[in-house]
Amino acid sequence: MSRPAYRRPEYHKINKDLFVLTYGALVAQLCKDYEKDEDVNKYLDTMGYGIGTRLIEDFLARSRVRRCHSYSEIADIIAQVAFKMYLGITPSVTCNNASRNEFSLILDKNPLAEFVEELPAGRSSLCYSNLLCGIIRGALEMVHLAADVTFLQDRLKGDSVTEIGITFLKKLDEKKYRRK
Amino acid sequence: MADAALFEFLHTEMVAELWAHDPDPSPGGQKMSLSVLEGMGFRVGQALGERLPRETLAFREELDVLKFLCKDLWVAVFQKQIDSLRTNHQGTYVLQDNSFPLLVRMASGLQYLEEAPKFLAFTCGLLRGTLSTLGIKSLVTASVAALPACKFQVVIQKA
Repeated sequence: MSRPAYRRPEYHKINKDLFVLTYGALVAQLCKDYEKDEDVNKYLDTMGYGIGTRLIEDFLARSRVRRCHSYSEIADIIAQVAFKMYLGITPSVTCNNASRNEFSLILDKNPLAEFVEELPAGRSSLCYSNLLCGIIRGALEMVHLAADVTFLQDRLKGDSVTEIGITFLKKLDEKKYRRK
Repeated sequence: MADAALFEFLHTEMVAELWAHDPDPSPGGQKMSLSVLEGMGFRVGQALGERLPRETLAFREELDVLKFLCKDLWVAVFQKQIDSLRTNHQGTYVLQDNSFPLLVRMASGLQYLEEAPKFLAFTCGLLRGTLSTLGIKSLVTASVAALPACKFQVVIQKA
């Protein structure tokens, strides 16, 4: 029996490209609508937030991850399960502080920017992939975790890597989690 | 497929945001938003068209191109084929999808019928863009009688 058409490698690529290309068209449209980079960044973050609040259900249904007991576990899951599942990459995770609530995801390759060689002229402060920050923030909020998520470094801006910083804002109430 | 989910979520958010962005309730305002979505779909369709496997680019006739859209493109983008293709053999084609993935989550039947066009604009542009890369100029419109079924009408523009 032949493989279903959509499993053929060339179509898989088209499907992957569809999201990346659509995202590119969206960013281009927002750049037309907004003069200031900060406004585009904010808009992307807001849209990402909206997506994240819905994506989390999809993620939990597909991945069936169990309750986490530390922020570090959560950061690992975001990098190793969620990013892998949706974007096909596995960022590395580093913890940035002693209280273990600040983490960085280091992206060697950024699929969203696959077809982008450099930022458009006059758009040097554009956080091209800011949608990702909003998605992570929205998804975390739906599981009752408040976090600040921003791009700390961006290859498109000339940095050597692309780095997303996640700062968990409230202390995880361990007692609450153990009681089940 | 998780990739497909991401596109669907992005598309839904785009429809919601681009609408809120232009709150002009008059028909003029609505048209603007629909054409923005269609324009984005067109750009993506053009780019997708350029990424299609080489063999597919040597079509013998117009009908072959449309059949390709109904089968290969639809499968690559929506994981299913178009359910029926009709033509008057004079440049007009109607592609019917009985269960269009971007409408399926919304509702069944007549509820949200008014909202449905917003969810079709991008795909109309996508079709028009892919056709454009394949050398065919067209006008694409969509209509919904009852969710989640819809029809895409492609009218080939002769030079």
